[in-house]
Amino acid sequence: MSEHHHKETFVTKYIFSFDHKMISKQFLVTGMIMGVIGVLMSLLFRLQIAWPEQSFSIIEAFLPERFQSEAGVMKPDIYLALVTIHGTIMVFFVLTAGLSGTFSNLLIPLQIGARDMASGFMNCLSYWLFFISCIIMVVSLFVEAGPASAGWTIYPPLSALPQAIPGSGLGMTLWLVSMALFIAQSLIGSLNYIVTIFNLRTKGMKMTRLPLTMWALFITAIIGVVSFPVLLSAALLLIFDRSFGTSFYLSDIFIGGEVLNYQGGSPVLFEHLFWFLGHPEVYIVLLPALGLTSEIISTNSRKPIFGYRAMIGSIMAIAFLSTIVWGHHMFISGMNPFLGSVFTFTTLLIAIPSAVKAFNYITTLWKGNLQFNPAMLFSIGLVSTFITGGLTGIVLGDSALDINVHDTYFVVAHFHLVMGVSAIYGMYAGIYHWFPKMYGRMMNKTLGYVHFWITAVAAYGVFFPMHFIGLAGLPRRYYTNTNFPLFDDLANVNQVMTVFALIGGAAQIVFLVNFFMSIYKGKKASQNPWRATTLEWTTPVEHVHGNWPGEIPEVYRWPYDYSKVDENGEYIFGEDYIMQTVPLKPGEQES
Amino acid sequence: MLALFYFFVAVAFAIGIWQVNKLLSYRTLIKDLKEGKQVSSLEEYDNPFATEKDNDIQGKLFFIFLIGLYLMMGYCLIFLHDIMLPGSASVEGEDYDNLYTISFVLIGVVQFITQALLYFFAYKYRGIKGRKATFFADSHKLELIWTTIPTVVLAVLILYGLSIWNDVTDLEGDDAIVVEVYAKQFAWEARYAGRDNELGRGNVRFIEGANSMGIDLSDAKSADDIPVRELHLPVGKKVVFKFRSQDVLHSAYMPHFTAQMNCVPGMVTEFGFTPKYTTEEMRERKDVQRKVASVNKVRQAKGEEPYEFDYLLLCNKICGPSHYNMQMKIVVESEKDYLIWLNQQKTAKELFKL
Repeated sequence: MSEHHHKETFVTKYIFSFDHKMISKQFLVTGMIMGVIGVLMSLLFRLQIAWPEQSFSIIEAFLPERFQSEAGVMKPDIYLALVTIHGTIMVFFVLTAGLSGTFSNLLIPLQIGARDMASGFMNCLSYWLFFISCIIMVVSLFVEAGPASAGWTIYPPLSALPQAIPGSGLGMTLWLVSMALFIAQSLIGSLNYIVTIFNLRTKGMKMTRLPLTMWALFITAIIGVVSFPVLLSAALLLIFDRSFGTSFYLSDIFIGGEVLNYQGGSPVLFEHLFWFLGHPEVYIVLLPALGLTSEIISTNSRKPIFGYRAMIGSIMAIAFLSTIVWGHHMFISGMNPFLGSVFTFTTLLIAIPSAVKAFNYITTLWKGNLQFNPAMLFSIGLVSTFITGGLTGIVLGDSALDINVHDTYFVVAHFHLVMGVSAIYGMYAGIYHWFPKMYGRMMNKTLGYVHFWITAVAAYGVFFPMHFIGLAGLPRRYYTNTNFPLFDDLANVNQVMTVFALIGGAAQIVFLVNFFMSIYKGKKASQNPWRATTLEWTTPVEHVHGNWPGEIPEVYRWPYDYSKVDENGEYIFGEDYIMQTVPLKPGEQES
Repeated sequence: MLALFYFFVAVAFAIGIWQVNKLLSYRTLIKDLKEGKQVSSLEEYDNPFATEKDNDIQGKLFFIFLIGLYLMMGYCLIFLHDIMLPGSASVEGEDYDNLYTISFVLIGVVQFITQALLYFFAYKYRGIKGRKATFFADSHKLELIWTTIPTVVLAVLILYGLSIWNDVTDLEGDDAIVVEVYAKQFAWEARYAGRDNELGRGNVRFIEGANSMGIDLSDAKSADDIPVRELHLPVGKKVVFKFRSQDVLHSAYMPHFTAQMNCVPGMVTEFGFTPKYTTEEMRERKDVQRKVASVNKVRQAKGEEPYEFDYLLLCNKICGPSHYNMQMKIVVESEKDYLIWLNQQKTAKELFKL
């Protein structure tokens, strides 16, 4: 390691920084800004769902006049645009880049004992590509005809033909360009994470001594590298169809009074390519959240995580299975029913490792000494929503049952709980827990409690009743349900859900206030505030380039030696935690 | 409503500022401390870590939350029951209903047990100063149990589910009525196969004037086809639907028959079922009447016409701005009535004067 100290300018320190800690903060803050946009959009369209075609001054204030059919009422295609961009932003920009990008960058070098990422330049490049892709996505919101509005799954032909919906013009082009850059940044980042974890672990840090967070981020990066390129090719072929007249996805189309010159393509091909990423994407979002939570639950229970090896095994099983289940999004797409059978089989298998994980979390709490820091509350909340949301997957993954709930609000409720809310909880838990590592200060505890409880009540209040309107047969992505008397009695439920959504949305302000105030005014953090065992807490509070001022510490044990006692029932080192850097005592068994 | 939202925003801000103020006053306390003034219970006053008191309060809150969660689940299960779809109105849907019930009972049981364990442990083991957590890192026996049980349960669900899936997707059979359902932005059309029970070829390139479905009129099988704007089906006879789309993806969703299939431009997709109840019989069913009553309660309050049950075909794949308004009525009647109705419709030959 060369100790080459050059003077850092403002630009190299805060803007084009190669330092993984700074890059992680850049990812976090950018992700949070995108998150605010995404959540605001959901509140706007929830108003329309609950009180269709009623005028709201907030809609009048936020949407340009050309997006409103009358003052304060959004147009139907703008409703679809909001739904589309909300999905895109939340899934990719917040829960992929904001979550995985932030914590992979922050934690990988710190927890494995490395000076920095394998390639600081690639890391910096990855962030700036992400930044540009965010800018393009935000710019697309201001396009004359409106942003992309074919749903976040952008199925052609709807996404390919501006005649079919106005948003499929320039808005869709910008969407595709933005996503192409996003995929590039994700690939660059993921390769960097994988290489770093493989090659830069400190002495003694065997793979079986890696914290579960590292395992989760590592496997996530691998899934990303395997599946994101497929989305890129799907997007490229769509660009070809849109701009160069090819027929990969398009065939036999009559629209706007004329037959289009496409023949031989199939939208089903796009669905296959899209979901080959789309399904693993769920786990790209969820696994990092589960990884962070593993660490936080163990630390705050003052107990080792239960079944460390089983947890690694189930992460791997989930990752492997996640790449061969994409067809469960397509049971009724017209694909051969036999394929549907295969995908039903592989899909329901995923329930097994998921169940193992849930039970292991619950057992970790058993006979613990739980410290209810805000991070711990969000972690427990995650386990709860992960179970509630995951269970309904048994219905959706079963091809026979999927027929009648496919594309209804039942699906919306399912995935919002299991990947949306759960992953957001994981992200919040991570922020509360590692904030002292990022900013050297503590976040406010009481605000954290307030934030959690309002969010927890609101999240269930929105998404639990949503299952039932789905079982009533209500299709998603309807601008209004008033054209079907069949759905008239769902209006009240929708209004209750919207009220909860507004409460939940407002509660996030508590978090934002807490976050930004604590950066400047928070109480100064100590070196190891949560009395945790992992390596990141051996670095000084003030960030230094290279993470450790002296030698990188050596690792002697696994990361979960909490409350380890000797044969007399006394803590081995007098404390209820033993850091990874502490050598085994003579006669002590490695756990 | 909006006032409520602004109110919550204001409350959120107020809480934030209140806390930050607390933080700031704490700083003055430190200053006081440095200057040697007496300050009591600083630890409790602003500690960023969960204290024993916090653990106690949060643990109890988790328990209350569990009770709240149970109440909400119970409320939804009981009071939202009437709004859900009634039992399936197709013969194939009977098995579907069984599997549906089994799956939901299973989900309910697991949900009630695991949430209880999670929140109860959170409550029971809330941190107390000096208590030692139990070092319990592994138990192959436990892990074997909770790997095996889900595996066995899922194996049963998979096998049962797949057998139903096989039945539902099996469209073989000679005497099934063949109907084409044709989707376009933003309406449905349909075409009966006529006397030969075979549909003439169709392609968007044949769309011209009244021939809005693009029927190939040079195909001999087309002459007896019957284009219609409303679906009538005979009770107790298998119907096989052939779906086509004119422009973008649509999905033909007939929720009461537990039937759905995407309509894909450039290809023909299929689905089939056997209607079990006529529209009239369906209106007499208890669960349908409960649903209708629940709808009419709302309609009455708004002063709207009462709603009468009808089978529906609606679009369930985002297809453009008016996606929300794409429906076709389906009438299920006795075979006699069905034939009478069908004979009143004009065939392609009559319509297009072939």
